[in-house]
Amino acid sequence: MAEFLSLHDAVARYVEDGATVAMEGFTHLIPFAAGHEVIRQRKRDLTLIRMTPDLVYDQLIGAGCAKKLIFSWGGNPGVGSLHRLRDAVEKGWPHKVEIFEHSHAAMACAFEAGAAGLPLAVLRGYVGSELPSVNHQIKYIECPFTGERLAAVPSVRPDVSLVHAQKADRKGNVLVEGIIGVQKEAILAADKSIVTVEEVVDDLGASPNACVIPGWAIDAIAVAEKGAYPSYAHGYYPRDNRFYKEWDAIARDRDTFQVWIDDNVYNAGGQAQ
Amino acid sequence: MSNEYTSSEMMTVTAAKALENGMTCFVGIGLPSEAANLARLTHAPDVVLIYESGTLQTKPDVLPLSIGDGELCESALTTVSVPEMFRYWLQGGKIDVGFLGTAQIDRYCNLNTTLIGDYQSPKVRLPGGGGAPEIATCAGEVFITLKHSKRTFVNDVDFITTLGFGRDGKARDGVPNIGRGPTRVITDLCVMKPDPETKELVVVSLHPGVTRDDVIEATGWEIRFADQLETTPTPDARELEVLRDLKARTERKHAGEA
Repeated sequence: MAEFLSLHDAVARYVEDGATVAMEGFTHLIPFAAGHEVIRQRKRDLTLIRMTPDLVYDQLIGAGCAKKLIFSWGGNPGVGSLHRLRDAVEKGWPHKVEIFEHSHAAMACAFEAGAAGLPLAVLRGYVGSELPSVNHQIKYIECPFTGERLAAVPSVRPDVSLVHAQKADRKGNVLVEGIIGVQKEAILAADKSIVTVEEVVDDLGASPNACVIPGWAIDAIAVAEKGAYPSYAHGYYPRDNRFYKEWDAIARDRDTFQVWIDDNVYNAGGQAQ
Repeated sequence: MSNEYTSSEMMTVTAAKALENGMTCFVGIGLPSEAANLARLTHAPDVVLIYESGTLQTKPDVLPLSIGDGELCESALTTVSVPEMFRYWLQGGKIDVGFLGTAQIDRYCNLNTTLIGDYQSPKVRLPGGGGAPEIATCAGEVFITLKHSKRTFVNDVDFITTLGFGRDGKARDGVPNIGRGPTRVITDLCVMKPDPETKELVVVSLHPGVTRDDVIEATGWEIRFADQLETTPTPDARELEVLRDLKARTERKHAGEA
């Protein structure tokens, strides 16, 4: 049963140094507040998983939290590169980050397989791509029924997943609306899960087929108002496209990045300004 | 309204015309998205646009800055999870055409969006494959649009992120359940199609005012030209008007979001 905790206490209890952590959000509902809390608590040696690592992963990597990154598209959407990720991969600053690179299809399948309790995901993927030559996690199997050669990747089974959602009710049941990405799969695939929400309500008001994650499938709920900012929360606030553009200049330089992280994460209560 | 146009507008309008009304199109962000929405707002009102963020049959009023903009979801028929998008809709064979951009392309339409240089010590690290590797193999066919330059049209891509026809042009041969692959490449200079036999890109149409030398200069290999080389039709006034309106709306919207 989901326990209502402060974000500080949820991260302190469930995110351990060296853990495999998925903070999901497919360009929507990105758990910035949770990511910043992980940075503030100076978690180290994390294996970070996410299909579309963007600014918050750039911040985690630049702050030295990550040892390994499993991903399928790492960029600043509509803007360009993630300079902290690039600096880590190209120059080893603040230290080298090992990368395991996939395609979206494979990672989406891997999350789904993790949620389904399977050890692997099977897909018709990577045909002719050179990604399998640089990522030993991509292998092939033969379909026992048709003989077709199919790609196989290990399922995603994070130690802990952190996602952001619009709202929870008082029993900790969570409603996710809009672009739902792999949020549900991330929660169900993980050993422990933390969901940050904009607000807690008496009644979710969900339609019968809405994306509702039951409270008994979640470990901790933390209220984090504007917890996805500068990304957006459908029905609550829009994406701050200007900040995404500004991030390009902030992250390009190690010193400006350091100043930003000090001002907005280490010395700030909880959210990006 | 004057019919003068820029080379970028020429590229977008030509890329838009490649889409036929009623096609289902899996759309990449950036230039493909601009072209696909122009098609929807002009000659192809019933084109079905699908973005990998799960938005099915979307009709955005402004171009999305990111693949998961709220606008895509709000204007969609429905929004599905990302695993459903890739498994049921793409891998399940429901997509006629994938519309992609790229950082590098070679003569066999192989695409590189992974890195420049060596994988272990890259000169430039690019965002990676995203949805493209499976869009290129699971969609019925693939259109590619990008600006023409020696930096992008290279003799050998540094890395095959996404399959065109492989380093020898034969990588799709004998593979079951695979799409036809790239069928046209639209740039700001010309339109190219793979040779039916060798799969090597051939220029089939030059945009008005563009010479063979312009294309040769901007291509990193000895580019071939079709015997029956055509001139690409110019954009008409309505296409230009709709495109400019769309871009102006988009700029206003994104500038206003602070």
